[in-house]
Amino acid sequence: MAEQTGGFVIKPMDQFVVKPLFGGDVVHWYTPTNVTLWMALTVLAITVLLMLGTRGRAIVPTRGQSMAELSYGFIHKMVEDVAGKDGLRFFPYIMTLFMFILFANLLGLIPFAFTTTSHIAVTAVLALTVFISVTVLGFVLHGAKFLKLFWVDSAPLVLRPVLAIIELISYFARPVSHSIRLAGAMMAGHAVAKVFAGFAGALGVASFVPILAVTALYALELLVAAIQAYVFTILTCVYLRDALHPSH
Amino acid sequence: MEGDIAEMGKYIGVGLTAIGMGGAAIGVGNIAGNFLSGALRNPAAAAGQTAFLFIGIAFAEALGIFSFLVALLLMFAV
Amino acid sequence: MEPQASELGSAPQDVGPQDVGMPQIDFATFPNQIFWLVVTLVVIYLILSRMALPRIAAVLAERRGTITNDVARAEELKRKAEEAEEAYQKALADARTEAARIVDRTKAEMQERLDEAMAKADAEIAARTAESEQRIAGIRKDADAAIEEVARDTVKAVLESMGHKADGRSVNAAVSARLKQGDAA
Repeated sequence: MAEQTGGFVIKPMDQFVVKPLFGGDVVHWYTPTNVTLWMALTVLAITVLLMLGTRGRAIVPTRGQSMAELSYGFIHKMVEDVAGKDGLRFFPYIMTLFMFILFANLLGLIPFAFTTTSHIAVTAVLALTVFISVTVLGFVLHGAKFLKLFWVDSAPLVLRPVLAIIELISYFARPVSHSIRLAGAMMAGHAVAKVFAGFAGALGVASFVPILAVTALYALELLVAAIQAYVFTILTCVYLRDALHPSH
Repeated sequence: MEGDIAEMGKYIGVGLTAIGMGGAAIGVGNIAGNFLSGALRNPAAAAGQTAFLFIGIAFAEALGIFSFLVALLLMFAV
Repeated sequence: MEPQASELGSAPQDVGPQDVGMPQIDFATFPNQIFWLVVTLVVIYLILSRMALPRIAAVLAERRGTITNDVARAEELKRKAEEAEEAYQKALADARTEAARIVDRTKAEMQERLDEAMAKADAEIAARTAESEQRIAGIRKDADAAIEEVARDTVKAVLESMGHKADGRSVNAAVSARLKQGDAA
């Protein structure tokens, strides 16, 4: 990584370091770190959007209120369409996931910000929560019938055991892809932006090229931030539908 | 000298994993292109299928992100 | 990564932790991240489920209710307006027929009164005429009597002046005959 000839060092991973907020080197489980700070800001942003925006409870909404109502309606419709009417019981949980991921992604795009969702630890907890709760829900609702999810009735009998193994593997791969997709997308965008920014420092007059590239990348990252939140949420809804209606 | 060879192998490996991202790019392009051609044939049905478009893209993209992750691990963790 | 770490460490502008590697797999920070993530999620969940979502749901439901009410009210108003128009048209038609009837009745009444007045006038005219004729007849009779008397007196006076003693009865008879003769002529 170190480039001695140009006299510059690109350290794309530095932005992901977890640091204690008030000095010190040791990160205990309770230490307030930059993770704490940016998660608190996420909570603040969500509160501002959903509480302050809807303060007026106006019949004809203000700008802030329509944004809150829009996000509410968007997720509500997604849960209803994908997971079905009985999935609406879990709407607050899914809304929590969506709002947290969306705002963590977007706040992470602020220069010098810390992106909480770029860490495997965070996304793995999110994905495992979904995975475990959906699996438990499936077994609670359907008992052993939930295993029919892996037994594809429409396939020929010979193929069914093979398909069952494949389905089982893909089922357990869900939390892995679910978490790594989000963390990887966030990490990749930020690291690439940092690399381009490093070029800008080294190229002198020609640095407008990487600056333009960073600008374009930033727009792409905004899109990715929103799409990753959307994808995480819709996949949660898909898994939820499997738990509610395992026999397709 | 031995360390340099290991370093070299690492960087070659990182470069090879980048090919995996190309595969993900082909996959995502395939999905988007097929969605578009389907949507142009039957525009009325397209709006209801965008969720599946995004799910498909997310799955294809996840595999590219896996290869990116392998590259990162090689670069920074090995 | 060791050679690189030493290189970075020797770089003069390098401060802070050297060669962070991949912070995502620094397991020492995992408990910290997971703890704060759980706290954050619980806080967000409480805010959403206790305050934000019920409020937005209430606002949306209220709006839906208002819109439904407004539509219903608009429909009712429209229905009322249509009813009012119908009633107006009916009243107009009624008024027209009533007016026509009144015109007819008034015409008939006037005709009747006219006829009555004409009859009365005719009767009066006839009565007057009869009266006038009667009076004319009386006047004529008086005039005849006066003429007879004047003639008798004149005859008597003429006879006396001629020295004759006028016989009253014969004079009267002669004058009457003569007047009758005159009338006949």
